Amino acid sequence: MTKPHEHDDRAPAARWHSLWLLTVGPTIWALHFLIAYCTAAVWCAKVVGRDGSLDGLRSIIGILTLVALAGIVLTGWFGYRQHSFGDDSSTHSEASSGDRHRFLGFSTLLLCGLSFVATAYVALSVVFIGTCQ
Amino acid sequence: MTRLLQLRAMWRSSRPAILLFPLLSGCNGPQSALQPAGIEAERVAALFWWMTGGGILIWLVVMGLFIYATHIRRHKEHSVRRTRWLILGGGIIFPTVVLAALLVYGLILMAQLRDFSGTTLKIAVSGEQWWWRVRYAREDGSMVELANEIRLPVGERVAFELSSPDVIHAFWIPSLGGKVDMIPGRTTQMILEPTKPGTYLGACAEYCGSAHALMKFDVVVMEKAAFAEWLERQAAPAKPPQDATAQQGLQAFLANGCGACHSVRGTEARGQVGPDLTHAGSRLSLGAGTLPTNAETFSRWIGHTDQLKPDVRMPAFGMLPADQLAAMARYLSELE
Repeated sequence: MTKPHEHDDRAPAARWHSLWLLTVGPTIWALHFLIAYCTAAVWCAKVVGRDGSLDGLRSIIGILTLVALAGIVLTGWFGYRQHSFGDDSSTHSEASSGDRHRFLGFSTLLLCGLSFVATAYVALSVVFIGTCQ
Repeated sequence: MTRLLQLRAMWRSSRPAILLFPLLSGCNGPQSALQPAGIEAERVAALFWWMTGGGILIWLVVMGLFIYATHIRRHKEHSVRRTRWLILGGGIIFPTVVLAALLVYGLILMAQLRDFSGTTLKIAVSGEQWWWRVRYAREDGSMVELANEIRLPVGERVAFELSSPDVIHAFWIPSLGGKVDMIPGRTTQMILEPTKPGTYLGACAEYCGSAHALMKFDVVVMEKAAFAEWLERQAAPAKPPQDATAQQGLQAFLANGCGACHSVRGTEARGQVGPDLTHAGSRLSLGAGTLPTNAETFSRWIGHTDQLKPDVRMPAFGMLPADQLAAMARYLSELE
């Protein structure tokens, strides 16, 4: 029986082909949005009322944002390392397992960049909006 | 001949722009957010222009770099390092920074638009399928109810309390400010400060059923003294019928059960289901912006209500004798 990637002597281990790392950045972004939205909704509806201040909520969302950004940066770093697999002349657009590996790493890095900016944009709303109005 | 060919070429190249020109007339008039007549509308219009400018700037930079890379330096070798910086700088960093600046501007503006301090007048508006119930709170604590028309004093900050008993509507006077949803079970708020006297148009900005497009209202911004006088007149009961025909019209109005749904203050008609008609004849439109107000349009409205506004809750009274219909229309058109 032929083993996968047997023809490719640069092939990384099969487990490295996982797509899961690609989804981590956008998932953190989505979770950050969901948690921030629900927390703000509960804060305004149940804690301070519709005319209340967002001051207390700011620190909660601030900590949440720092955790989310740290997670995205870490995932991006893993993506960058994956993209750096091989030597300087390595491609990431050929039909080989090594190229697929590097391509997925590069995609992870780009998606983490997008998720970083989007998460920061979401957090900006509580910086500039002071009340539940 | 050459001249003719040149003109033809000019026409061909500029045709799209010339054909789009008439569309710009849609940016004008009493229902245009691009012709602000209030502080809030000025802020919204400024946001629109900054957003448009930011979008154009990003497009120009990205397309400029694209043309530079593919046409201007097409036959020259591109340095990898320089190319990376062009892509990173022009394609990622520049748009991100411009969008962040626009976002911050929009968020600061949003906070300003939600500042409810310093209001001098409070108006409760209820969006109902498919008309507007308007209640003015007076200084003595009494309320004045009217329908489908809002008048505002120029230069005053006015607080609106918005609600709905049936489905979600949205209250929008483009010339004066942004739109706010009217949600069943909740009261939402907005502030408007008109700066230019004039007549404007408002509309429901959330699809709310088959006659959604016929749910409009007139907005008149008046000088303060004229507004105070107008509100005083609106608070007064309806004037009695002026002649025999109008008297017959009032009797027909009461005899046919119109008072079960409509109020005409000063008469036995005290219904709360439909619009208050105490001063219906003085309003600028009938049927929430559907028709002008005169005896003829009142007659059409009463006789063919469902044709003029599909699915309206008011039944048509076209079965009434013509003289009764005419008398009722005359009476209502004279309620000034």
